[in-house]
Amino acid sequence: MIEWLLSFWQTLLGTFRDVMPIAAIIIGFQVLIIRKPIHQPKKIFIGFFYVLLGIALFLQGLEMALFPIGELMAKQLTAPEFLHIDVSLGNVPWQAYYWVYIFAASIGFATTLAEPALIAVAIKAQEISGGAIHALGLRLAVSVGVAFGIALGAYRIVSGTELYIFIIVGYVIVIIQTFFAPKMIIGLAYDSGGVTTSTVTVPLVTALGLGLASTVPGRNPLLDGFGLIAFASLFPIIAVLGYAQIADWNSRRGQKQSK
Amino acid sequence: MMIKNRFLKQLISSFIDLLPILLVVLVFQILVIRQPIPDVVDLIFGMLLVVLGLTFFIEGLEQSLFPIGEAMAFDFARKGSLFWLLVFAFSLGFGTTVAEPALIAVADEAATIAAGGGMIETTQEAKTAYALGLRLTVALAVGFAIFIGVIRIIKGWPLHYLVISGYIGIVIMTIFAPKEIIGIAYDSGGVTTSTITVPLVTALGVGLASAIKGRNPMLDGFGLIAFASLTPMIFVMAYGMII
Repeated sequence: MIEWLLSFWQTLLGTFRDVMPIAAIIIGFQVLIIRKPIHQPKKIFIGFFYVLLGIALFLQGLEMALFPIGELMAKQLTAPEFLHIDVSLGNVPWQAYYWVYIFAASIGFATTLAEPALIAVAIKAQEISGGAIHALGLRLAVSVGVAFGIALGAYRIVSGTELYIFIIVGYVIVIIQTFFAPKMIIGLAYDSGGVTTSTVTVPLVTALGLGLASTVPGRNPLLDGFGLIAFASLFPIIAVLGYAQIADWNSRRGQKQSK
Repeated sequence: MMIKNRFLKQLISSFIDLLPILLVVLVFQILVIRQPIPDVVDLIFGMLLVVLGLTFFIEGLEQSLFPIGEAMAFDFARKGSLFWLLVFAFSLGFGTTVAEPALIAVADEAATIAAGGGMIETTQEAKTAYALGLRLTVALAVGFAIFIGVIRIIKGWPLHYLVISGYIGIVIMTIFAPKEIIGIAYDSGGVTTSTITVPLVTALGVGLASAIKGRNPMLDGFGLIAFASLTPMIFVMAYGMII
């Protein structure tokens, strides 16, 4: 118990240290430039403490529960013995890794749904759109995007295809979608790419990428382990734009029918 | 009683948010890999901590991070000082990124790759200097992104022109950048935005778009995070070319 409290205290201190620059900038500008007392300082102070405490508990819990088993699973799933592959034969067909793709998609979906930064943006979007955008609907769309992105990224590591080809094709799809999607969603869709990958997703996805790149024959973990995070930030944009597009078509068709 | 109820409701909703992770872990570990869970007590206790943490975070979010970001946006808009607003935007982007733990980890890994690829010397000093340079580059990129993003909200430029230009920039840089840096550069876009930065920056953008006449928070308020994940890719590839 004492050991646990000590390690929690260190996580809390670490979180506090990470937040210091942000707090310093905000307080500095508030005092020196805006020169106006903060509205309801007590409430904001308590809220800020809640945020710190929340992140520290969250990180501590992840490190105890999820990261060890997640990393272990990534290692087990990519092990040649589990996949019944004879690595010494050289070229392994990409289909042999099907459990890895299924795991990549499932864990990408599940961790994105729990990502605090995404929850924050979804709450804000629902608030200012007056409920036209549903927070959970947005989070589900983003999670589907991340699931697809990470599974495709895992396939890329296995097949050894160049990263930039996928990224450039992804960009072209985003640009085409942008011209057809409802204007209201574009900013939010672009933003959803950046918020998906933080506290929960990055460590697990990195473990999966490194596991794959170090077990697939002919891959260099230092060079080929990258790219999963890039995929996880690109495909949610496509998913959210697509989701808005379908919702828009459906409502238009409904309007036509009612006429 | 009211508060207690709301807290309880949030606790349940956090638990539901985390349920999919638990399911994926259990199903794969027991049915697919067919191995026992290594430490059941740690798993249960850790998950309880995660649920509690998420609940506190969301509670604090609505009480502090959102109001702070929005209040500052309104105050800057009322003060009418574009200069200080832009200085604030840059500092917020730079300051929150330079100390970001995920970025520090990626920068160290990148230094190892650069040393392995013969781009820099394999000494510890050379690696440390390279990692620090990379961190400063990404922080500069994020500061620049928030800076440009705020100008965009004020001027009302359409977001997609800027984002598409960014994409074209990335494609052009990819052609010229050394091969070793491309993977790191692409990933660096995703790791820059932390759990505290995202709500603050989102509230700042939405607040500015609500405070400035003629701007729509839904159309113009979002997009700051999008820039913050685009510019690091371009800046990191440039860093790889210069070093």
